[in-house]
Formats: sequence, structure tokens, C-alpha cells
Amino acid sequence: MTTATPVTTTPPLTPDKATAAAIAKKKLSSPWASLAAIVLAVLWTVPTFGVLLSSLRPERAIKTTGWWTFFTNPTVTMDNYRAVFGGEGGVNLADFFINSVVICIPSVLIPLSLATLSAYAFAWINFPGKNVLFLVIFSLQIVPLQVTLIPLLQLYVKIDLTGTFWTLWLSHSTFALPLAIYLLHNFMREVPSTLIEAARVDGAGHVSIFFRVMLPLMTPALAAFGIFQFLWVWNDLLVALVFAGGGDEVAPITLQLANLSGTRGTAWHLLSAGAFVSIIVPVTVFLLLQRYFVRGLLAGSVKG
Amino acid sequence: MFNTASTTPEKLLQMVAALLLFVAVMGVILFLAGRVGGKRGDKVVGYLYLTPAILMLGIGLVYPGLRTIYQSFFDAAGKAFVGFGNYGTIFTDDEQLTVLRNTVFWVVVTPFVATAVGLLYAILVDKSRFESFAKALIFLPMSISFVAAGVIWKFMYEFRPDQARVKQIGLINQIIVWFGGEPKQLLLDSPLNTFLLIVVMIWIQAGFAMTILSAAIKAIPDDIIEAARLDGTNAWTMFRNITVPSVRPTLVVVLTTIGIGTLKVFDIVRTMTGGNFETSVVANEFYSQTFRADNQGLGAALAVLLFVLVIPIVYYNIRQLRHSEGR
Repeated sequence: MTTATPVTTTPPLTPDKATAAAIAKKKLSSPWASLAAIVLAVLWTVPTFGVLLSSLRPERAIKTTGWWTFFTNPTVTMDNYRAVFGGEGGVNLADFFINSVVICIPSVLIPLSLATLSAYAFAWINFPGKNVLFLVIFSLQIVPLQVTLIPLLQLYVKIDLTGTFWTLWLSHSTFALPLAIYLLHNFMREVPSTLIEAARVDGAGHVSIFFRVMLPLMTPALAAFGIFQFLWVWNDLLVALVFAGGGDEVAPITLQLANLSGTRGTAWHLLSAGAFVSIIVPVTVFLLLQRYFVRGLLAGSVKG
Repeated sequence: MFNTASTTPEKLLQMVAALLLFVAVMGVILFLAGRVGGKRGDKVVGYLYLTPAILMLGIGLVYPGLRTIYQSFFDAAGKAFVGFGNYGTIFTDDEQLTVLRNTVFWVVVTPFVATAVGLLYAILVDKSRFESFAKALIFLPMSISFVAAGVIWKFMYEFRPDQARVKQIGLINQIIVWFGGEPKQLLLDSPLNTFLLIVVMIWIQAGFAMTILSAAIKAIPDDIIEAARLDGTNAWTMFRNITVPSVRPTLVVVLTTIGIGTLKVFDIVRTMTGGNFETSVVANEFYSQTFRADNQGLGAALAVLLFVLVIPIVYYNIRQLRHSEGR
């Protein structure tokens, strides 16, 4: 098995033990259990599958028959994807797709770097007020974004940043910091202090320890949080709606999909294809990097 | 550089410029940190490393938070002081009471059902041959945006009038028809529609619950399970007396995490009904009042309410963690 989290430490199986385990297993796993698992798996997959299949069917077919009739009358077309990229009804998802990419890259890299720096300071440098500061940042995690949006928007208006990517970069980076600092701090504390002390004895300062010792050890944690933040930013609607709602120039693909659903709620040929264009990136990232993602999740909520 | 970029090359250029600017700032900080030495140097380096984060959190989170609390005591235009007037409205106005009722439905139903499904599934597929594949299926919705999930489920609930030669294209209504029922406008019917939206959140969060709980189940010591099996314990007793008590701290974390996430749910409601037909929740009402109805005071009060509602859940969570660590 290649599960993402091999937590159990199973001793090497001797033939004797394997039979005992097999018997116990056989006793427990009834056909009902398998059936229940399959039913759940199907329930969870069907909604997405239906939309995926619909996105490949001709517009007329989508609007007059259910997607399940595809199996008796299969017709496949790429027209819907051409339509969402070709500008039918003022829709061209390509621009919004690029906006999403442009929003995401700095919104992941900036908080990640800043949080690593802060986490290092909290974990390995002594300075007055450290514990109080850490507690404050830790508790900022519970502040809901909603509380910050209006004053932040007024601030952006004042310094004339509205309608630019800067509002999104700055907001996403700020909102990510409390959780990122907390998680990365936890990871950093786990690095053996002898390693740091040895480096200090060799005359290394905090800058070189940070780059030579910490960063290489932190790669898995950084990857985990990076994926986390990427999914969060790519999938965000609220922040985009508030700060980029005015113009199409900076709106991400989620915002355009939400608008499409609001204004053309029955244009299922556009909506189904649009939904797939918007989820293809996060789903790919998730499938490729599932291992890190799961590790990040576990670090976030089990360790506490 | 701080203008609105409108063409693709301009956008990419602006992004690169922003990243370079950021690298330059980081460079200055690290350069300064590298120059100071000695015992007092530690202090300086510590503060230097924290400066950008503290500045951003102060300006982008702490100040706006306080400002919103202040604003919540003012009227729609943000001019006249109204005391607790906005909070009064939330707890007396009919429309707002519906919003509160719906939020209670969401926060009570979602965490428990999502966690129950996640736990059940984690146990069912544990150590099976297809475990990682089976888990990925349930987990996949986690990576989809709430907006796309909303679109996907709106399609499930789609309604076509009940006329001859008109076929249903939404699966749920088709199933109703197959069983001899009459198709209906599922998303218009209150309070059923709220529960149909909750289904979407459960669909997304079950994977989260499953992943975390699965790891906790695998961490249960083998000898305990082995001993129970030798005693001939049946599956249900095993679940009740061994599995659940062993993963109890994790269960609390999962429930509260999903609870907090559910409290702030916005995208699903926005995408699927726009908060119409009595489906609005606090987070969505905040948006509607602030940006659609131009009632800044009420919007601010709703945001603050959200904040206040999160606190007891977090408090409970921390207390439980302390409790389980103390043992």
C-alpha cells in the first residue's frame, strides 16, 4: 500500500502472524461494510462526474436530457470548452485563468517567506516580549476575514491601490501569516537544538543558520503549507469579490464562475466547462502533491 | 507599477516586479541581520525578522478588526452613533432572525454529519486493498473551490417543469421522478433549501474529517486491537469501546475545525442562491448588507457577531486539548 501517512509501525510479518491477522480480518470485513464503502464513494463522485460528462456533451443535449442518458446516446464535443475560451456571451476564461495565476504566485511565496523568517525568530532567537508576541499572533488565527474587509478596502482606496493585484497580494499574504507562522514554528521547534548550537560554535550567524541549516530541513513543511495556501488563494471568492469585484482586469476565475452562475444560471454548457477549467489546476496540484497536503493537514489539526 | 494591469504581459510584468520588490525587502532585512553581532545582536535580529510580519498583521488584521468593531456601533452610512442598535436589529428583525436560524442549522448539522461520514468511511476502507484510491475519491472535493462545488450541486438540484416531453436534467429531480414523485424547485423551498446547501458543505468537509481521523485510527496501538479481537469483540463494540475513545481528542478537533469553517461559509450560499429564498447565513448577510444594501453599520455588526461566535468554539477546543494532554 502506498498511503500518504504510514503512521503505524507494523513489525515484519511472520507467516504465523499473517494467518492470524488474515483470519481476524476476514471475520470483521463483512460484505455489508464493502457495500457501504462503495455506496459512499459513488455518492461522493457522482456530482462531479455528472458535470464533467456534461461539459463534453453538445449544448442541446445538456439542456434537454440528463447526463446519464449519455451512456445510451453518446455524443462528445469540445464546443463548450471552445465557447468558454472563445468569448461566447462575453466570457473568456483564459484572461481570468491568468489572473488567478498572477494572484496566486506572490500570494503563496510572500507569506511563506515572511512566515519562515518569523517562525525562525520565535523558535531560535531570544528577545524580550517574544512569548507575548507569539501568543498575540497565535490568537489572530481566529479573526474571521469578514471583520477586516471594509476598513482594509477603505485603506486601499486611500492609497489608491483599488483595482490592482496589490490589494489581493497584500490581503492574502497578511491573512495567511498567523497560521503559517504557528505551523512553521512548530516544525522548527522539532529541529534538534544541538544542530543549531554546533553551527553557532562554528561561528555561523542567524542568517547563515537560517539558510544553511533551517531551510533544507524545512522543505516538507514549506511544501505542505505552500500547497495549502495555494489551494486557499486559488479557491477564494470573498477576498476577490471585495477587492477585485469592480473590474474584470484582476478578477480570478472563481469570481468569474460565480458571476456566470449568477447571471447565466441555466447556461449549463458554459457552467460545466467553466467549472472544470477552474478546478483543473487545484485538482492536479492536489493529486500530484497529496502526500504533502495530507501531512500539512495533520500537522495543522492533530498536533494542536 | 501600482496601476491596474490589463494585458497579459503587463500582468506578468507587474507580478515579477512585485516579487523583485519583495526579494529586495527581504535582502535588506537579511543584510542588516548579517551585520549585527554579539549578544545584543540576537535581540536586533529577532525584531528584524519579525518586522514585516508584525507590520502587515498590525495594518491588515488588527487595525481593521478594531475599526470594524467601532463601526458596528454606527448607522448605515457610518455617521451617527447608534449604540447597540445594529446588534438589536440582528436579534429582532424577522429577516435577520431567519439568517440566525439558518446559521444554527449549518453549524449544528455540518460538523456532525461530515465527521460521522468521515469516521465511518475511514473505518470501512482502513487497511483495505484500495485504501489510498478510495480515500482520494472522498478527499477530492476538498481541493475544489466552494464556487465550483456550488455549481456542481446546483446542477444536481436543477429543475425542469413537470410537463409531457420535458425531461429532468438534474439527477435529484430525476430520481424523484423515477420513484413516481413530482419534480420540484428544490432550491426555492425554505427551510429544505438550507439543508440542500448544507449537503454541499458536508460533501466538501467529509474528506477532511476522514483524512485526520484515519491517521488517528492508524495510531491506535495494535496490541489493543489484537487483544479485543482475541476476546471475540464484535465490530460495533470495537467501534464504541475502542475506536471512538481512542480518537476522541481528534474527534473534538475535527468537529470544531469544521464548525468554525461552517460558521464562515459564504461562497456556497452566494453561488447557489445568492442568499435569496431564506437561505442567507451570517457570513453571506455580512456581504449583502455591506456591499449590496449599503448598510455598513449592520454589516460590521454581523462581522463582529461572526467573530464572537468563533470564540467559544475555539475556547472549547483549547480546553479539550489541555485536558487530553494533561492525562
